[in-house]
Amino acid sequence: MNNVITLFKRELRAYFATPLAYVFIVIFLVLSGIFTFYLGNFYERNQADLDSFFIFHPWLYLFLIPAIAMRVWADERKSGTIELLLTLPVTMWQAVLAKYLAAWCFVAIALALTFPMWLTVNYLGSPDNGIILAAYLGSLLMAGGYLAIGVCVSAFTKSQVIAFIIGLTLCFLFTMSGFPLVLDFFRGWLPGGVVDAVASLSVLSHFQAISRGVLNLRDVAYFLAMIVAWLYACAIVIDMKKAD
Amino acid sequence: MIEVEQLSKRFGERLAVDALSFTVGPGEVLGFLGPNGAGKSTTMKMITGFIRPSAGTARINGYDIQAAPLAAKREMGYLPEGAPGYGDMSVRQFLDFIADIRAMSGAWRKERMDEVIQEIHLEQVLDQKIDTLSKGFRRRVGVAQAILHDPRVLIMDEPTDGLDPNQKHEVRNLIHGMAKDKIIVISTHILEEVEAVCSRAIVIARGHLLADGTPEELMARSRYHGAVTLDLDNAREAADLLGQLPEVAAVEDGDTDTEITVLPREGQALMAAIGRVIDQQRWTVRELYQQKGRLDEVFRDITGGAAA
Ligand SMILES: Nc1ncnc2c1ncn2[C@@H]1O[C@H](COP(=O)(O)OP(=O)(O)OP(=O)(O)O)[C@@H](O)[C@H]1O
Ligand SMILES: [Mg+2]
Repeated sequence: MNNVITLFKRELRAYFATPLAYVFIVIFLVLSGIFTFYLGNFYERNQADLDSFFIFHPWLYLFLIPAIAMRVWADERKSGTIELLLTLPVTMWQAVLAKYLAAWCFVAIALALTFPMWLTVNYLGSPDNGIILAAYLGSLLMAGGYLAIGVCVSAFTKSQVIAFIIGLTLCFLFTMSGFPLVLDFFRGWLPGGVVDAVASLSVLSHFQAISRGVLNLRDVAYFLAMIVAWLYACAIVIDMKKAD
Repeated sequence: MIEVEQLSKRFGERLAVDALSFTVGPGEVLGFLGPNGAGKSTTMKMITGFIRPSAGTARINGYDIQAAPLAAKREMGYLPEGAPGYGDMSVRQFLDFIADIRAMSGAWRKERMDEVIQEIHLEQVLDQKIDTLSKGFRRRVGVAQAILHDPRVLIMDEPTDGLDPNQKHEVRNLIHGMAKDKIIVISTHILEEVEAVCSRAIVIARGHLLADGTPEELMARSRYHGAVTLDLDNAREAADLLGQLPEVAAVEDGDTDTEITVLPREGQALMAAIGRVIDQQRWTVRELYQQKGRLDEVFRDITGGAAA
């Protein structure tokens, strides 16, 4: 446990040691602002909620999370520090978990910095803050899911660019599988059970369920299972590829 | 005690390390020699638990690196090839991080920190980011990181590569100073280093163990072991005369016109015989010394002058 904390702190500090963190946070805040106010018609809708803010999160994360995840292991392998790390008295799980949690915590910080949005709706009206809290939680879980995918992919390669592109593609697939357009397309010729299975794998449907304010155990479990599964795969990939 | 047992590593078709076995005990400084691609780094990576052997295993003070990796890793300090370090950290942050991971605390931690920083002369770069360090300083930070917790087993892959002559000397002194009660394995391409710090040397090529002995034993395999070099004016005449001695195998010209090197036959001592000839002939000899042998020549000989 102490090792996880030590590694976690090192990782988190590394984000803020380079301009990367600040660039990411600024882009995240600016884009979420643009999406909410211009595309989401925040004012025109005349409703005191953050739906127009959260609805774009899957698409925002689709690009930004792989960008954060791509360096997590690719960088470690490229610079050779993975050899240092894995010959210190830490277990593979401690290393994988600590690096993942640090990245997730970083995203959480970026997400938390959108609080002016919440202040704004509370100033303009009286929204259901319970729903907003659930949506924030859902957003964080979704980010965690994407991140686990991206981190696993980053263990495959020394190239951050490749990690980004593959990560993006995988995240895209996991998002699209719940998109009505895609589901409608499947519905035409696949049995309902299969369509439901595809939909149930989708980040989108689970996120939408949570962001409606229903913190269903099933949806939370989906994200947690997804995170654990991808991190497990990540540990296996590192073990296989670390020497290359 | 490091016990390496039938350690092998296969990369696809290529057998990088082939059933290597040896043991190293406390007080020994083992020099790991071999041409590029011989399998030195690969062996070290397996001993330190970075990569899994294809077959065989290594035990560190009794802990099997595969069965009890954490316990084995706690016993060891390791400087990987190329001395990797986290570029975004300052030297101080990096050493602090290592101390945390090594669960060092209290007065001992502070003491070790100060000691190591002083021994490796890191004071002037403590607050510099590792990314911006010169190659030599980066290597020094790598050495500092490896010895920080005062490990009983120290494994260093080319610890003096890229260091200036003063620093090479310092690091060798450091290794020498630590050697008494520790087990130290270093790989190097600098053969003087083997003579200077190693109590034992292992030569491998293509993953095979080719020689194992003290530097003196290795040098004794040299044609130049016991050879006598003379510097005198009538070198040509002397070469002819000395060449007829029964103890002499051959006479070679030296670097200058006035220098010759007399090579002994197997197991023969030359000095006395040559001394007698000098006396008889009343030569004026400017320089006269016996060679211990040349490691580079032995190295070439053992490894067949080949790369892997
Ligand atoms: N990850 C890897 N995949 C494939 N082959 C590898 C890998 N690592 C090492 N090798 C091969 O294994 C052999 C031994 O390499 P190693 O790095 O152990 O040599 P070395 O003795 O340390 O050489 P050097 O003196 O150049 O450092 C080489 O032929 C190398 O190409
Ligand atoms: Mg090497």
